[in-house]
Amino acid sequence: MSAVELSRGSAAGRLRERILDARARRVSLDLRGGNTKSFYAETPRGEPLELHELTGISSYEPTELVITARAGTPLADIESALAERGQCLAFEPPRFAAGGTVGGMVAAGLSGPARAAAGPLRDYVLGTTILNGRGELLTFGGQVMKNVAGYDVSRLMAGSWGTLGILCEVSLKVLSAKVDTATLSFEWGEERALAELARWSALPLSLNASAWHEGCLRIRLAGAAAAVRSACRKLGGAELDAGAAARWWESLRDHRHEFFRLSEAELAGGECLWRISVPPATPPLEQAGFIEWGGAQRWWRTRAPAQHVRALAAAAGGHATLVRAADKPDGAFAPVSETLMRIHRALKSAFDPDRVFNAGRLYADL
Amino acid sequence: MSAMTDDSAETARRAARQAEVAAALSRVLPASAFLVRREDTAPYECDGLTAFKAPPMAVVIPENEDQLAAALKLCHRLSVPVVARGAGTGLSGGALPHRLGVTLSLAKFNKILKVDPLSCTAVVQCGVRNLAISEAAAPFGLYYAPDPSSQIACTIGGNVAENSGGVHCLKYGMTLHNVLRVRGFTADGEPVEFGSDALDSPGLDLLSVVIGSEGMLAITTEVTVKLVPKPELARCIVASFPTVESAGSAVANVIARGIVPAGLELMDQRMTAVAEDYVHAGYDLTAAALLLCESDGTDEEVAEEIAAMERVLEESGASRIEVSQNEEQRLKFWSGRKNAFPASGGISPDYMCMDSTIPRKCLAQMLLAIQAMEAKYQLRCVNVFHAGDGNLHPLILFDANDREEFRRCELFGAEILEVSLELGGTVTGEHGVGVEKLNSMCVQFSPEEREQFTAVKRAFDPAEMLNPGKVIPTLARCAEYGKMHVHRGMMPFPELPRY
Repeated sequence: MSAVELSRGSAAGRLRERILDARARRVSLDLRGGNTKSFYAETPRGEPLELHELTGISSYEPTELVITARAGTPLADIESALAERGQCLAFEPPRFAAGGTVGGMVAAGLSGPARAAAGPLRDYVLGTTILNGRGELLTFGGQVMKNVAGYDVSRLMAGSWGTLGILCEVSLKVLSAKVDTATLSFEWGEERALAELARWSALPLSLNASAWHEGCLRIRLAGAAAAVRSACRKLGGAELDAGAAARWWESLRDHRHEFFRLSEAELAGGECLWRISVPPATPPLEQAGFIEWGGAQRWWRTRAPAQHVRALAAAAGGHATLVRAADKPDGAFAPVSETLMRIHRALKSAFDPDRVFNAGRLYADL
Repeated sequence: MSAMTDDSAETARRAARQAEVAAALSRVLPASAFLVRREDTAPYECDGLTAFKAPPMAVVIPENEDQLAAALKLCHRLSVPVVARGAGTGLSGGALPHRLGVTLSLAKFNKILKVDPLSCTAVVQCGVRNLAISEAAAPFGLYYAPDPSSQIACTIGGNVAENSGGVHCLKYGMTLHNVLRVRGFTADGEPVEFGSDALDSPGLDLLSVVIGSEGMLAITTEVTVKLVPKPELARCIVASFPTVESAGSAVANVIARGIVPAGLELMDQRMTAVAEDYVHAGYDLTAAALLLCESDGTDEEVAEEIAAMERVLEESGASRIEVSQNEEQRLKFWSGRKNAFPASGGISPDYMCMDSTIPRKCLAQMLLAIQAMEAKYQLRCVNVFHAGDGNLHPLILFDANDREEFRRCELFGAEILEVSLELGGTVTGEHGVGVEKLNSMCVQFSPEEREQFTAVKRAFDPAEMLNPGKVIPTLARCAEYGKMHVHRGMMPFPELPRY
């Protein structure tokens, strides 16, 4: 059902030739969509392979809640097509610069402030068409909501950082843009904010996003107008102006908020941006930083050694990712158990036997 | 003569192998933890797909992870296939035993280890029943959302294996969307954890391939599930439609309006009559199709959504609309739908349940196609659909004792699946491939795609010991299927290469 063709001279056909050529020459390709996330994960290496030729929305049926697009389609194009029909990508994908593509978005697998309520990007991937390391064009999943035919390979692509194949086309579930939202703020310390968030999470409120930083908790409610109003009454707090609130959540989503902006000098001085993923009810950690996702995502700016940050996250039942740093000698991502690493290596071989795609982007030996 | 010699030679070889495996098991497990005698293993010969049966060589029923790991290591060393089994309610033969394999019953892993209202999670062993999780979470105002119709009996481990859905997954997602962590064992008996109690994990998202892998990648022993707040209120609409076309477009119209109902189900006229006879829910028997639309949430949300849905249903041509006025009435509305399968069992010796998913806009087209197939195959079919997400459950009625009728039933089912693929759908939405839909996998996937599935399998289980022979058809099987089954005079995808 994919609109991607593999004929000679087609965009995918040319990519296949590049794969086979790289395979023959035993070189690695650095897969590039909009090249907006090269700072994330491990440093890209290998010969750049631009994927912008695979572009265009293949099909979009608002009544089916599905959009299918070639992977090089700019995310902005997808979002404006959806907005025209009152729909959206509910997981609020972050964009760190203009020009990001839908393929890059899926490969990175990142989700924004709404993630704790709406679920991660992965949940919205319905199908993918990929080129594997043998140059085979394969389609997994599809365009329907429920699909358990075969292993869920298309969701495995989410967050794989291009290490398993070239995404050629993706089908995503879309949702109606929520009818009403409100942002409330509370002047609370970290401990109180975490406790209230945990309490609220067990209540049927229309809680859609949360962020705590420097003594201020902001929450976003989204849903039916009446439900949002009634939650506002129940929760109290100060309501923010809608336009200003929307801009603030975007600045958080895209890391334009000053907390996330590390200057060259700060980076050179050893300061790093860490993303710490822990069970949401984890009590305050050694540093507060910026807290999102009801407590499940915590951001730190610190010069602390990687081992220290990772040990702390692991002790809480989570893991830590080094997002921004001058260099990442201890790896961008926390190491996994030896058993899991064995499966990672075997999966890499299963999709990309000659290590053509994004060598070392996820882990050094993948 | 020679066939008989082959048979008896095979029987003798199997008996010798069985004795060898039993002796080895007795060295690592207490006698209470495995069964070998045919009369003891007989209850394990099939799962919910009773048309397929096979005797396991032995049934291992470990009491703890140490015993489980020991059994797996032993089977791995002796190259004995291992078929994991939960409650045995699966509908696609995923737990069908292997004649030369061990069936691993996880029934004793039945403890709820923790319900944590602060993080809205529960940690449960794999043999805990789906409904038992919600019961344990109820005192905290929480519940586990995926609700397969077998939820009173099916286990969370089986749900993980099949990525089970249910009536409420339209709004709340399938098993994948509601599981944070799976602890289990690899084929060679090593403990492994996929996912974590945080919202994500480093590395590849292995949890998403393990969920729905039908016991072929790892054995699940423990699961952390997400719990969600119990809605303040739920109300249900039953809407009658004079034609299946108007019912089908009503479904698309509800979704198009941006409404995500908590449940959106369709029953055709015959199914409605069968269900009504069984539970007396008060359904409109004159309607060509009924829709059940549920709204849940806060009082305000439900009021707003019910009003919006009523408007859409009316505009779509509903001839009668009834809204539940209290919880008792809501449950009554659902009772017929929830009992659709047993009710169908009451009017036919057997039924075969199909499970394909199609785009919602094709629902009416599909119902009409099924009506034409009833005439073609001379068999009756009753239809109950998870219409909101396009997931069909046509129940083809037949008598398994009549081999010819069974054959027609299989062809009927295969044609439903092929039409589903032509409409842009998939052969299974929530019941899994198992052994039942192996042939249809030949149609849905190219040889290269199937080979990629096999490569994924080997990445987790290099010796292919876990549930071999399920989900991924062999090239030879697909070649055979292609030869004997030419679809209405033409292959469904003439451009695909065939072997």
